Amino acid sequence: MTTSEPISPTTPRSDPGPGDRPDADDFSGLVLRCRGIRKSFRGNLVLRDLDLDVAEHDVVVLIGASGSGKSTLLRCVNLLEPIDDGTIHLDGEHITAPQVNPDRVRQRIGMVFQAFNLFPHMTVLENITLAPERVHKVPRATAREKAMALLKRVGLADKAHEYPDRLSGGQQQRVAIVRTLINSPRLLLLDEVTSALDPELVGEVLTMIRDLKNEGMTMVIATHEMGFARQVADRVCFLEGGRILEQGPPEQVLGDPVEARTRRFLQRIIEAGRLS
Amino acid sequence: MTAHKTLEVGGLEPPTEYHPSVWQREREAYRRRQTFRSFVIATISTAVVGVTLVLVITGSPGWERVKQTFFNAEVALDALPAVAEGLWLNLRLLVGCAIGALTVGLLTALARTLRGPVFFPLRALATLYTYGFRGAPLIIVLYLLVFGVPGLRLSGTPSVLVLGGIALVITYGAYLAEVFRAGIESIHPSQVAAARSLGLTYRQTMRHVVLPQAIRRVSPPLLNDMVALQKDVGLISLAGPIDAIRAAQIETAQSYNFTPYVVAGVLFILLAIPLIAVTDWVTLRAARRQSAEGAR
Ligand SMILES: Nc1ncnc2c1ncn2[C@@H]1O[C@H](COP(=O)(O)OP(=O)(O)OP(=O)(O)O)[C@@H](O)[C@H]1O
Ligand SMILES: [Mg+2]
Repeated sequence: MTTSEPISPTTPRSDPGPGDRPDADDFSGLVLRCRGIRKSFRGNLVLRDLDLDVAEHDVVVLIGASGSGKSTLLRCVNLLEPIDDGTIHLDGEHITAPQVNPDRVRQRIGMVFQAFNLFPHMTVLENITLAPERVHKVPRATAREKAMALLKRVGLADKAHEYPDRLSGGQQQRVAIVRTLINSPRLLLLDEVTSALDPELVGEVLTMIRDLKNEGMTMVIATHEMGFARQVADRVCFLEGGRILEQGPPEQVLGDPVEARTRRFLQRIIEAGRLS
Repeated sequence: MTAHKTLEVGGLEPPTEYHPSVWQREREAYRRRQTFRSFVIATISTAVVGVTLVLVITGSPGWERVKQTFFNAEVALDALPAVAEGLWLNLRLLVGCAIGALTVGLLTALARTLRGPVFFPLRALATLYTYGFRGAPLIIVLYLLVFGVPGLRLSGTPSVLVLGGIALVITYGAYLAEVFRAGIESIHPSQVAAARSLGLTYRQTMRHVVLPQAIRRVSPPLLNDMVALQKDVGLISLAGPIDAIRAAQIETAQSYNFTPYVVAGVLFILLAIPLIAVTDWVTLRAARRQSAEGAR
């Protein structure tokens, strides 16, 4: 891989083993680099020697059957789950090194969950300003101002003082996205952020994610929405058997997959009526 | 933005004047009749039971004697200052012990929820404490501390009052720890994951996300334990200090009349009413919030 050009999905990659010291050149333009990720839950091996590179401004979409480890991978990247082996680099910094403070790493990564996970005892505004105030030590007035500006941009300024349970699912999810955006993350991890939404509410969240892509946000998205994957992805990765079996531009992976198992997966999705 | 607006039609305004249907009117009339009937039945039965009780008691052959020994206004007035002074001690003890027990309970619960081998000794100690002191009868703990500790003849041994307070705090702390722990564990792990993903530390997550929700959820049982503590505070008189009940006992011994006990009882009830009312109010609010959550 050459140093200057951004990683392109079709570039063949020479994979160093999990224990290898990565070449310093390999990091240019990379926000995230995972090598040889291994993760098991009580003997159930979920990720085996998985490699993943995400370049700056790239949007990588993870697809795969239920239980293929998409959520697990995102949680490992965010250090919410300790990995059993391998290395993860964020902006060239080795974040799975033993002496690294995970709290400091998570300050630079945003994550949005399927079930929104807003804090029910705080208003929308309080949800959003919690991390800026407590973690990033932004003065309260500044944090509130910034939060209001973001809420306005997504059309939720009038909900600032509501409690989350008074909001629709789509509104809650947009608040959850704003809550992580306010920390200006280097990398945004989205885990099936529309799966818990009624169909007519999916659109507003997807629009927001498309806007983020246009602003250059680097994202890794796990989703079952193939139509959305096609629109927003720079690269689609198909997870199977604990690793990325196939990856490439959405037209190729979703339209003309090389691997038989990718084909079969997409076939099942079509039968379930989810490929729009 | 306009696109969002169209999605938020929420409360529909009736387009024209609204007339309830025949069925709706009948349903409402039926409900009104039912309510009225239940009200009448409840009122009559309460009145019958009350009047019967009064008649039976006041008509009983011994009523005059009982009235003299339990409800003697003169004796009551005489005993009131002493009993009230005792009650003041109860009140101070209650506040002190409540604060102490809540603190001990919360810290123990937090220690028990710590994960990782580093914290094993702390966790084990907290577990041992909750197991031990929930099983130990309060009176025995009280006697051990109040009579045992001074027996050691160490210099600077605190007063019997403080020792008794400590006995109450460690016994109630063990109960409250379990209440707090139940609250903490009832908060879904996804709340912790969300907080940690925002970069909050474990402590910040506990303080700003988990504990506020947990404490709200367990505030009804916590307050209930406070009502129980209020009564157990009186046990301290077994060790000497004169609380309301002990004061009543002294008065009774002097006048050979049980009215002081009734005075103490009434004062206790008066003291408990605000606390019980707050408990009910908090419970109601918690229940309403839960049903609102469930209705989503
Ligand atoms: N905390 C956990 N403890 C034990 N097993 C787990 C845990 N989290 C995930 N797993 C297991 O790991 C496997 C992968 O789960 P994961 O949630 O990552 O899949 P997924 O690809 O996100 O699936 P879905 O599309 O249904 O969200 C599953 O077999 C699951 O049972
Ligand atoms: Mg998942």
